[in-house]
Amino acid sequence: MMEKMIFGRFIPGDSFVHKMDPRAKLVFVFAFILVVFIANNIPTYIALVVVTFFVIALSRIRLYFLINGLKPVMILMVFTFLIHVFFTKGGTVLIDWGIFNIQEEGVKQGIFISIRFLVLVFMTSILTLTTSPISITDGLETLLNPLKKIKVPVHELALMMSIALRFIPTLMDETDKIMKAQMARGSDVTSGTIKERLKAVVPLLIPLFVSAFKRAEDLATAMEVRGYRGGEGRTRYRQLKWSMRDTYALLLLVLFAVGLYYFRTTK
Amino acid sequence: MDIELQKVSYSYAKGTPFEKAALFGVDLMIESGKYHAIIGHTGSGKSTVLQHLNALLKPSEGIVKIGDEMIEAGKKNKKLRQVRQHIGIVFQFPEHQLFEETVLKDIAFGPMNFGVSEEEAYARAHEVIKTVGLDDSILQKSPFDLSGGQMRRVAIAGVLAMKPDVIVLDEPTAGLDPRGRHNIMELFSKLQKDHNLTMILVTHSMEDAARYADDLTIMHDGKSVLRGMPREIFKDVDKLAQYRLKVPHVVAFQMRLEQRLGSKLAKLCLTEEDLVDEIARAAKKVREES
Repeated sequence: MMEKMIFGRFIPGDSFVHKMDPRAKLVFVFAFILVVFIANNIPTYIALVVVTFFVIALSRIRLYFLINGLKPVMILMVFTFLIHVFFTKGGTVLIDWGIFNIQEEGVKQGIFISIRFLVLVFMTSILTLTTSPISITDGLETLLNPLKKIKVPVHELALMMSIALRFIPTLMDETDKIMKAQMARGSDVTSGTIKERLKAVVPLLIPLFVSAFKRAEDLATAMEVRGYRGGEGRTRYRQLKWSMRDTYALLLLVLFAVGLYYFRTTK
Repeated sequence: MDIELQKVSYSYAKGTPFEKAALFGVDLMIESGKYHAIIGHTGSGKSTVLQHLNALLKPSEGIVKIGDEMIEAGKKNKKLRQVRQHIGIVFQFPEHQLFEETVLKDIAFGPMNFGVSEEEAYARAHEVIKTVGLDDSILQKSPFDLSGGQMRRVAIAGVLAMKPDVIVLDEPTAGLDPRGRHNIMELFSKLQKDHNLTMILVTHSMEDAARYADDLTIMHDGKSVLRGMPREIFKDVDKLAQYRLKVPHVVAFQMRLEQRLGSKLAKLCLTEEDLVDEIARAAKKVREES
């Protein structure tokens, strides 16, 4: 059951996107999140979708896999879509059954917001799927380096993040193991009534917490024993390399943003 | 309760880029009331097989028969819970499954999930805690205050309290000292004989397999490659080497001894005690003849 989750997973590969510098990818995704909000009419939204699928194609990650792994997010998407359909008013009335009053603007907004959601989730998943957790944190650390001047503990934050990401799969395996052990003892979170399932959560969570704390302690000891004492004067084994492809990608994004701005509807 | 696997194949994370085939058409027959060992090198698929014995995993292809229940690829079986009641699994590092406030409650957890009343479950807890060689007084303690070895025993007691007909052991002695190892293995062996249980031991310890098992199945690269009695299987050093396995130390010792002496002992010995007796008998015979 845990196998289908793609959050925080990394699929190695050698596509264009895989080879990009993590700093470039991070800047690209953050900029893209802002760019998404420029779109406000049909042509600009279509352009967004086209660009997103272009990036997915470049990353060579199977679309089927992306969609399959994002099912939980889909629920949220459908939910926002419905909220908009029913509660945003304006334009011609499409259906009028008393309480069920659906108007053109509602449907339009619903579709727009869903597209926005989809595009954002796809883009950010592409980032985590094509970049190893270590490179993401390396990239983030270098990008945030200037903040050290105002005493932000950038290195420590990056370390925390990489540890957290590193332990996602470990904890998932652990959950799976404990879940199976408790299932063998007749307590099953994956089937039964809601009450039964809730009752089965405690036997799962307590051992999980116990082992997580134990692991944290072991890790802390191991780091200390090996002389870890923060980022001061620390050198890197992996050097980040900025290449022309990164510059191109960011330039293209700027061009795309300008284009979107040009085609958006102004009131 | 017989357990049978027929041409079972299994892949992890099916339908994702992480898909990984683990079993390829495994056949396995475990007869009721026998001590059966499944041995294999790391990554041979023995842990995956183990999870099929209790329907924790369902085969991607093939059939698993547990008693009268059939678990088939692609079909739903609503009676999994009943199946699981009859089969207790002692996982590797079972102490990781402890969670209750007291040892008593933790041991009673399994039976109560299968509909046993509280009094009955507590009575069973008092009974099994002795079976695993711990004192009654430990029942009121928190499982997290115990030593590693005690925790292991408590976890095992939790499985025994379910009164399963079949007990599946996954490397039950991993991480224990030699003495704890011996005690736990003896405990299971005694239980198996006293209650005529079916015991399935998944291990990579040739010594344990040789000493305790009636039947052996050898797994290699996701396939069941060899099956037979320990005495038969451990005869063939070359064949075992093919599966990256070695004969038990005792057998290796006996073979080198026979080579050195240039004559064979009457039978292949599977335990140290057996070998000592056998050598003594042979020595006596030699003395009488001369």
